[in-house]
Amino acid sequence: MKARAAAIEVADLYKTYTTADSKIPALDGVSFRIDPGEFVSVLGPSGCGKTTVLRIVAGLTAKTSGVVEVDGVPVTGPQRKIGLVFQVPALMQWRTALQNVLLPAEILGLDRAGSRMRARELLNLVGLAEFSSRYPRELSGGMQQRVAIARALAHDPAILLLDEPFSALDMMTRNQLNIELLRIWSERRKSSLLITHSIPEAIFLSDRIVVLGPRPARILDVVPVPLPRPREPSVRLSLDFLRIVDRIGRLVGLEYV
Amino acid sequence: MTSIALQRALKLTLTLAAMVAAWEALCRLLQIPAFLIPAPSEVVLRLYEKHDLYLIHTWITIYETTAGFLLAVAFGIVSAAIIVVIPRLRDVVMPLLLVAQLVPKVAVAPLLLIWFGYGLFPKIIVAFLVAFFPIVVNGASGLASVQPELLDLGSSLQASRWQTFWKFRVPSALPEIFSGMKIAVTLAIIGAIIGEFVGGNRGLGYLIIVANQELDTALAFAAIFLLSLVGIVLYALIEMFERILIPWHAPTEPLTTGGRAL
Repeated sequence: MKARAAAIEVADLYKTYTTADSKIPALDGVSFRIDPGEFVSVLGPSGCGKTTVLRIVAGLTAKTSGVVEVDGVPVTGPQRKIGLVFQVPALMQWRTALQNVLLPAEILGLDRAGSRMRARELLNLVGLAEFSSRYPRELSGGMQQRVAIARALAHDPAILLLDEPFSALDMMTRNQLNIELLRIWSERRKSSLLITHSIPEAIFLSDRIVVLGPRPARILDVVPVPLPRPREPSVRLSLDFLRIVDRIGRLVGLEYV
Repeated sequence: MTSIALQRALKLTLTLAAMVAAWEALCRLLQIPAFLIPAPSEVVLRLYEKHDLYLIHTWITIYETTAGFLLAVAFGIVSAAIIVVIPRLRDVVMPLLLVAQLVPKVAVAPLLLIWFGYGLFPKIIVAFLVAFFPIVVNGASGLASVQPELLDLGSSLQASRWQTFWKFRVPSALPEIFSGMKIAVTLAIIGAIIGEFVGGNRGLGYLIIVANQELDTALAFAAIFLLSLVGIVLYALIEMFERILIPWHAPTEPLTTGGRAL
């Protein structure tokens, strides 16, 4: 008997996409668990189906078979206890940063004054307090993605799902946002699932890394990241860090040494 | 106005002035008969002589155009919304609309005369018919052009259909709806004129018919000038609304690099 329900429990997950004349297997028996407050990454090559994992957990795509539970409850459709960050910022061009962050509260019909205060706090948290009245086109790509993170946290979801949120950004911005995300996560401690294909990004942020092989995605290994928290950016240069890079690199077929 | 906009306006005005001057000079030098091509001065004179008469006819045409256009906007946007929100209807409605669009409206105009008489109503209907299609097409494509991630976000938050429509679809569609309206308003003028050509005793289209019958070319030119003016003003009005309603779409300041197409 488990002491408490996992934030996310995925067991024996299969997904097959059916088209008119063929069946394309995408996920082939994926299992992992995220405990409350944990940060777990799913890492794999492009097009291996890692985004499918996230979409099934979010209730946006139906699974073929297997167990998917959030907070101990089987996922049957979209759930409001989830905050989503996509590969693109997906901000509404006609709204300011603050109004974008306010969207979830509007849809959920939350109290106005309270949500405005929370939205301002969140913009402050992502370092955009001074940009709250700017429109998305007036913000850089990295800033837009920060607004998207603030929006994902706006209705105080229990779980944060991040679908390759930084892969469209340049390396420097990406590094910066990795550090920011680590800080945001440490302050809010949301159970988080990050989809990524960057090995250093996954290690830097996660407690554990689920490494997937090429399509159809099978788990190659679940790699623990025993680096102590709080983590400094310089941890990425430590020998322990590089050992994990090497281990995962070998798993996915990249030889660093 | 910024100095760049001012400069651009000045350039345009000078070019137009030069063209009118050349026209006047050619008419005088070559002694072209006024019933073939009247000099600008004659057109202006004609405009001035009977300005109250022209004002009434212009007003009639503006009324028909605007009424037809507004009907097209209302029905067009509602139809576009139905097509997008109820996908099952799209397969039926879209082919029907396409067939309706392929029917030449000029050919239908005489029939409208039989059905609705010689008043303003048949003209409004023709204007409506020609303006309707671009609004439906642009509206539907605009309403369907929401970023898929936004729709995912909406369904993740369990947004209602109504919320998805008003918060995501409508704002995303506004830029395309406005470009549809710009096409539609110029078509609506043509529709109103066709209606007036076919039958009736009012409006700038009627004035052109009368002018032709009397070989009063200066009058025809005057009417055409007024028609163009109506078109420009209506178009500018829509652009103004566009700037006010969707300031996020186009930069409000002209680009400082210049060379941007007008």
